[in-house]
Amino acid sequence: MNRLIVSRTFRIGERLLGCHARHAGQEELRLQQRRSIKTHCRHLAYAKDLFLGQVNKAEVFPYPEIGNDEVEEIKQLVAPVEKFFSDDVDSAKIDREATIPLETLQGLKDLGLFGIMIPEEYGGLGLSHTIYARLNEIIALDGSIAVTLAAHQAIGLKGILIAGNEAQKKKYLPKLASGEHIAAFCLTEPGSGSDAASIQTRATLSEDGKHYLINGSKIWISNGGMADIMTVFARTEVEVDGVKKDKISAFIVERAFGGIASGKPEDKLGIRGSNTCELSFDNVPVPVENVIGEIGGGFKIAMNILNSGRFSMGSSCAGMIKKLIELTSEYAATRKQFNKSLSEFGMIQEKFAMMALNAFVMESMAYLTAGMMDRPGVPDCSLEAAMVKVFSSEGGWICVSEALQVLGGLGYTKNYPFERFVRDCRILPIFEGTNEILRMYIALTGMQYAGKILTGKIKEMKKGNIGLAIGMVGKKLRTSLGASVDLGLTGKDGVVHPSLETIVDEQLVLKRVADVLIHMYAMTAVLSRASRSISIGLRNHDHEVLLANTFCNDAFFKNNYWMVQLQKHSPENNDANIKKIAKQVLENRAYICSHPLERTY
Amino acid sequence: MSGRVLVGVKRVIDYAVKIRVKPDNTGVVTDGVKHSMNPFCEIAVEEAVKLKEKKLIKEVVAVSCGPQQSQETIRTALAMGADRGIHVDVSGKDYENLGPLQVSKILAALAKQEDAQLILLGKQAIDDDCNQTGQMTAALLDWPQGTFASEVSLEGDKINLVREIDGGLEHIKINTPAVITADLRLNTPRYATLPNIMKAKKKKIVTVKPADLGVDVTSRLEVLKVEEPPQRQAGMKVETVEDLVVKLKEAGRV
Repeated sequence: MNRLIVSRTFRIGERLLGCHARHAGQEELRLQQRRSIKTHCRHLAYAKDLFLGQVNKAEVFPYPEIGNDEVEEIKQLVAPVEKFFSDDVDSAKIDREATIPLETLQGLKDLGLFGIMIPEEYGGLGLSHTIYARLNEIIALDGSIAVTLAAHQAIGLKGILIAGNEAQKKKYLPKLASGEHIAAFCLTEPGSGSDAASIQTRATLSEDGKHYLINGSKIWISNGGMADIMTVFARTEVEVDGVKKDKISAFIVERAFGGIASGKPEDKLGIRGSNTCELSFDNVPVPVENVIGEIGGGFKIAMNILNSGRFSMGSSCAGMIKKLIELTSEYAATRKQFNKSLSEFGMIQEKFAMMALNAFVMESMAYLTAGMMDRPGVPDCSLEAAMVKVFSSEGGWICVSEALQVLGGLGYTKNYPFERFVRDCRILPIFEGTNEILRMYIALTGMQYAGKILTGKIKEMKKGNIGLAIGMVGKKLRTSLGASVDLGLTGKDGVVHPSLETIVDEQLVLKRVADVLIHMYAMTAVLSRASRSISIGLRNHDHEVLLANTFCNDAFFKNNYWMVQLQKHSPENNDANIKKIAKQVLENRAYICSHPLERTY
Repeated sequence: MSGRVLVGVKRVIDYAVKIRVKPDNTGVVTDGVKHSMNPFCEIAVEEAVKLKEKKLIKEVVAVSCGPQQSQETIRTALAMGADRGIHVDVSGKDYENLGPLQVSKILAALAKQEDAQLILLGKQAIDDDCNQTGQMTAALLDWPQGTFASEVSLEGDKINLVREIDGGLEHIKINTPAVITADLRLNTPRYATLPNIMKAKKKKIVTVKPADLGVDVTSRLEVLKVEEPPQRQAGMKVETVEDLVVKLKEAGRV
């Protein structure tokens, strides 16, 4: 691991801390006073300590192993799913007709793919996160099916699974597991996308106190047109210490309750076979027994649901890229130009190396995260899952585009699946939390954690616990390389620079912090996996070592560059200019330069 | 009648894999290569499970001869609906030399031990293409055989069979107990659904050795050499029949 990076990251946390210590008595992060991104400092897993410059080796080395039974099981489970997808799924047709044929849907239900993680006692397969990720590698070969299944089980019914009571589980899970009922997750509204806490749909308690009446509309709901069971989020009035407040609650709503209307399916660029539509709720009566968790606790549940579904994007993208490598290399090996096959040209070779590297990193991150989530206890891997999602969605988009490039004109036609993969992949950086929001989440959650820990340590220091202080300083000396990073967050004499209080608005800073952390987690995953492969002697482990080294090299330089950019007055930092340009363009709502052909004389 | 059916399943290299010959020409590369159940064995399992679903037979027992990995193949049969499995453990040199004669002796012994009413096999395996095991098993047991079956129906204690032969279709009626080998058009095997795979984990697989059945698996055949088929040569276009004759004479074919 890179000591330079580690020490510098440590210093960011320390500078932040400087501000907090000076604002005596203020324990809460200023960030949360605004109506902004909510972050909770829960029992986070591994990545949080990266913000403190610590690598908790015990959490990520060795790479998670699955039991012997599971190894056998995986082989058995994967075979029929692979067969189904290669023989009975016509992705071109699904894309063309913008719908998944009923026989295909039934085939998926029969295979048991609608209840992969639902416990066996409720009729599901009760499989672990790891096996779920493995199956997603195959399911991802058709984007529409992948999204339909994910909307159903990764988010649609997850609320019941993680926060529902026994009665709700018994009532709803069996039919959801078999696919008889399909689920949908209803949070987003026309006015509330990334800003999920601002939703306006309302649930008012009826006179007799037995029902809530839900009114409002939701947009971009996957499976919205065919879902029978929906997890709907709405504002409810609650009393907190005698004060009436509006808080979000989660409800299990059956279409059968009446009052629900679905709009027409959206005509999308990609994942066209997945049904996406508007839903309107008109005085929909929902029995009070259908509240998930507590009244007022809906937002937390929503975030937990979304956080838990993200990690599988790593394995989905990896599965898709692996398939693309097969398809594309066939072509590159046979197509000849200038009397050489394409595979002999450097720029083409680079594309294949990039695809292999990306698939390797995504797999490593996804299964490391899944392995952590499968550990007993309930570790909160939301930070890691977010990192996996950001890396995989962007890596996937680039790889798919480059794969199309290899085929040139042919790749651009509908005769080949590449253009469909490109269209299907464009949604990845958008849904399940936009990558912009997730970067904010990663940076802020980590910094909040670091801030808390360091505040604690500074308190100790103030109490006169010199030993601890020396320990901290000593450690820093040992790990630092002497160079100092001035983020410009504290000015002369330690006076707080105004920008620190609004760190949440310093998106360009946070973006780089998040990118550095994502790459550090990626490096961890890749090193952990390659070490395991060497230790147990997997086939082609030397290729893995090659991939791991190449990626880490590349990531190291990228991280360094970002760290350098983070220095406020560094020449590599164009942030001030970028903001100026953006301001002028946006004020005028147009490109403002005079045309180069104009004259003033 | 016991109502018990024995189904033989063989673990072979997957049909979609490109076969490569080992550099020492003693066999083909099997290490790290994808294996699965022989497609004709899948059809046999499907037929057996169908008969059970129609309540014409009571129990389906899947049998496979081979090393530890053969158990995976048995598990697939269990996931398709077989009730229990018997793994005849043959590994190493014995496994490399295992052929239809040895397997049919094993199946015959098992049929007697399990009091089977019917033995269902695939017509041939896609790795050795022998097309002998079914016939040999029937001969050893002195049972009637219905090979290349494309339709099977039970009628009391007799079986009506339609066989696909070179000349067309042959309809025969045979007594039970009997050996049937499945041909391509007999049925379309079902997918082993994930819930069934999970349920199959609870079904039993018993391991036995050939010696326990009193079978000697030494082979009477010795493989001398395995080589790739000759590369297909480029063809030549000729303008007239005379040219053709000249070229054929040159190549020494005429």
